[in-house]
Amino acid sequence: MKITLKIWRQKNAENPGRLVTYERDGVSADMSFLEMLDVLNEDLTAKGEEPVAFDHDCREGICGSCGVVIDGVAHGPQRTTTCQLHMRSFADGDTITVEPWRADPFPVIKDLVVNRGAFDRIIAAGGFVSVNTGAAPEAHATPVPKVDADRAFEAAACIGCGACVAACPNASAMLFTAAKITHLGALPQGQPERAARVVSMLDQQDAEGFGGCTNIGECAAVCPAGVPLETISQLNFDLRRSMTPSRRH
Amino acid sequence: MTDGLIDGLYREGEPIADTKAPGVPLAERWSTRVFGGHLVSPNNRRKLKIIVIGTGLAGASAGATLGEAGYQVTSFFFQDSPRRAHSIAAQGGINASKNYRNDGDSTHRLFYDTVKGGDFRSRESNVYRLAEVSGNIIDQCVAQGIPFAREYGGLLDNRSFGGVQVSRTFYARGQTGQQLLLGAYQALERQVAAGTVTTHNRHEMLELVVVDGRARGVIVRDLVTGEIETHLADAVVLASGGYSNVFYLSTNAMGCNVTASWRAHRQGALFANPCFTQIHPTCIPVSGEYQSKLTLMSESLRNDGRIWVPVAQGDTRDPRDIPADERDYYLERAYPAFGNLVPRDIASRAAKRVCDEGRGVGPGGLGVYLDFADAIARLGRDAVVAKYGNLFDMYRQITGEDPYQVPMRIYPAVHYTMGGLWVDYDLQSTIPGLFVVGEANFSDHGANRLGASALMQGLADGYFVLPNTINDYLSAGPFDTVPADHPAVVEAVTSVQDRIQALLGTRGTRSVDSFHKELGQIMWEHCGMERTEDGLLEGIEKIRALRREFWADVRVLGEAGELNQALERAGRVADFLELGELMCIDALHRRESCGGHFRAESQTEDGEALRNDDEFAYVAAWQWGGGDGAPVLHKEALHYENIELKQRSYK
Ligand SMILES: Cc1cc2nc3c(=O)[nH]c(=O)nc-3n(C[C@H](O)[C@H](O)[C@H](O)COP(=O)(O)OP(=O)(O)OC[C@H]3O[C@@H](n4cnc5c(N)ncnc54)[C@H](O)[C@@H]3O)c2cc1C
Ligand code: SF4
Ligand code: FES
Repeated sequence: MKITLKIWRQKNAENPGRLVTYERDGVSADMSFLEMLDVLNEDLTAKGEEPVAFDHDCREGICGSCGVVIDGVAHGPQRTTTCQLHMRSFADGDTITVEPWRADPFPVIKDLVVNRGAFDRIIAAGGFVSVNTGAAPEAHATPVPKVDADRAFEAAACIGCGACVAACPNASAMLFTAAKITHLGALPQGQPERAARVVSMLDQQDAEGFGGCTNIGECAAVCPAGVPLETISQLNFDLRRSMTPSRRH
Repeated sequence: MTDGLIDGLYREGEPIADTKAPGVPLAERWSTRVFGGHLVSPNNRRKLKIIVIGTGLAGASAGATLGEAGYQVTSFFFQDSPRRAHSIAAQGGINASKNYRNDGDSTHRLFYDTVKGGDFRSRESNVYRLAEVSGNIIDQCVAQGIPFAREYGGLLDNRSFGGVQVSRTFYARGQTGQQLLLGAYQALERQVAAGTVTTHNRHEMLELVVVDGRARGVIVRDLVTGEIETHLADAVVLASGGYSNVFYLSTNAMGCNVTASWRAHRQGALFANPCFTQIHPTCIPVSGEYQSKLTLMSESLRNDGRIWVPVAQGDTRDPRDIPADERDYYLERAYPAFGNLVPRDIASRAAKRVCDEGRGVGPGGLGVYLDFADAIARLGRDAVVAKYGNLFDMYRQITGEDPYQVPMRIYPAVHYTMGGLWVDYDLQSTIPGLFVVGEANFSDHGANRLGASALMQGLADGYFVLPNTINDYLSAGPFDTVPADHPAVVEAVTSVQDRIQALLGTRGTRSVDSFHKELGQIMWEHCGMERTEDGLLEGIEKIRALRREFWADVRVLGEAGELNQALERAGRVADFLELGELMCIDALHRRESCGGHFRAESQTEDGEALRNDDEFAYVAAWQWGGGDGAPVLHKEALHYENIELKQRSYK
């Protein structure tokens, strides 16, 4: 099929960027979106033009490296990662606009590549269980009800891609943070630090410049890992509870 | 050393031995070694710097644990976050001999299965230790909050993987690697907050600094600014993963590469068993020219899916219309004891064989069916969704077909590299102070890795083995400060800069990817699932010619001082072009079949791999020959004292 691409090109963080149009022919419906960009890059290289920079690694929807805004939607028309999107989701003659994540805490590095280091710092602020290697009890010492384990898993499935932030009009990272709060809060191992965790992770989220959550729900609508919106309610519940002095330990 | 070239390709040097494993009975070796090694007092650890390359399971677990111990850890990785290392993609699970199923599992059985699965080309000492610490890994991961699959009673669930008859695989749906890596990543970030670990994302190691015979640092490129930086330390740990991408198409993440290992190899570290690669039987077949990678469908699917092809050649009927008696469930037929759960090398070759017979299915006849109709009838659709839902979704996303309705089509693809840098029992390479963990080393899987054992090995190395063995080396430190203008440092920096200039300066006509694809085709054809004397010799010639063409005609646009993804790939492909040749030489010299290494000249009557223990029960550890010089082979003899060496049988 034939398509027209309008791709954001930006040399580096200092330079302003702009949309550049590329006409493409012979695009196969079985190609992944990124393979379509690979072929574009091969053609650009042949013509002596610099290829488009974009992040990707696993191309299996799990590493969270890839992610661009396609026609205004983070990861594009299917609820999946950009790397798992296939050209069969588009029609012959389509014009497709491709832009990087847009959010102040995710500054553009080049073309479609952004800096998501803020996510790592939110995790470093408390997204863990403090257990040194070798200090663990026998795995079966604490049974975990299957429903709790499943709920923890559902939230832990977050791939850290940042689509939730890109989709949110406030550039809030609430779904990302709530996913970790819910994951660890659902398990017995996460209880001792539960109250402190929610406070420190939210403080870091604010310090990074992410916006507040106003319950719009765009985040969960684009989340390729299916992290449920209810995790944010869980976060708010944990936050309220952490403010009750008797519970804070 | 022999003077003349053997086969016109290599020389043979002195044998090599692992001197660190104590000569006590197998079950006492690890505790004896830990007790025998020197310790570093907590006060002194603060003064010692360790560089860790990579944040996959091996690197993140090592970095976190060494940080907890109080060392100063600096960690480098080329992705933008430690959580994105290739380990994240592991699907099926992690082994441990907990014997929670009461099905006769034990340390000894896991040890036995792994050595046998590896077709008797791994070290007894290392594998036994791996089995010994496997249970601790599960304890650690559960304590970190890893949401493993559980049963209704709240206890951990297990499943079975290829090559074994017990259920010892722990899993988190089809995302086990993700969950384990997030656990290690969170532990690492906790140390970042504690100030013991510093992470450098988007940094690629391009050279190892060796001073007075010791590994003392690395030269890295900041992938955002292009700056070349020198980082010095008391020890260097490589956790840089495997090199399957030498085949271009593989199940590995796009960035997986051999550069860190290869640079260390060129500085003197021996490279062991490079030709031992694993071809995974269950991957989604290639769909077109533009294909950039192959997607694995977890081996766990073989627990419930049944593999078959039509009995007749060229049968193009809808699979659902083919009656049972016209289907050949060839694994169940040929291997009744293990059925669909035979080890990977056997399942892959069997698939190739039926396709070579003209019974393959799908485009080009390069595929076999993996059918869930019986499982759905037996367990119900919901149970199948719960176990494999995400894999089925992934399959549908990629192929546009619904595996709940029609059988999946699968075909083997390159997946894992058992070979890697040679290490002793302490996981130390032949360069003192250079340690190698995870898939980057060669140590535990012999000629074939069993499913769910790479995650186990990566975490065993990082959480439990390295943090114990590295103390012995570091107890002699801190070593003398290396000045930034030391000749070895200057030389390393200059060589990195020259190489980048050469890559950018060529301005030829062919893209980096076109070279990579061509190399991949050569490797697949000549050093893939079936290898022959003539094919390998031809492959070596082709690789040499391609390498010459690469340096004369590669086109890398853009500049050195900026984010330049083509330049990153160019450096990796340049190293693959050298590695590929060594793999072929290794495959050529090993005139036997074992595990994933199948030499057509060495097979049994019914087409199974035929080992030659009299001549080849050794690890082939290769020394860099330098320039166009021939590589030098050092043999480490393998001794089996606790397991009887015998031909594998899964019938
Ligand atoms: C699709 C798939 C599924 C799998 N499923 C399973 C499974 O179910 N069970 C199992 O046991 N095994 C499985 N495996 C194998 C297993 O995932 C890997 O062997 C294992 O994760 C490797 O871990 P690692 O830590 O050694 O390396 P990796 O996870 O590959 O990490 C390598 C790290 O090194 C860094 N790096 C590399 N080179 C450089 C450089 N030059 N400079 C700086 N940094 C560098 C990278 O940034 C990365 O952080 C699977 C593999 C694949 C491909
Ligand atoms: S919550 Fe969803 S959208 Fe946000 S980072 Fe995680 S996976 Fe991506
Ligand atoms: S490239 Fe890994 S999620 Fe898309």
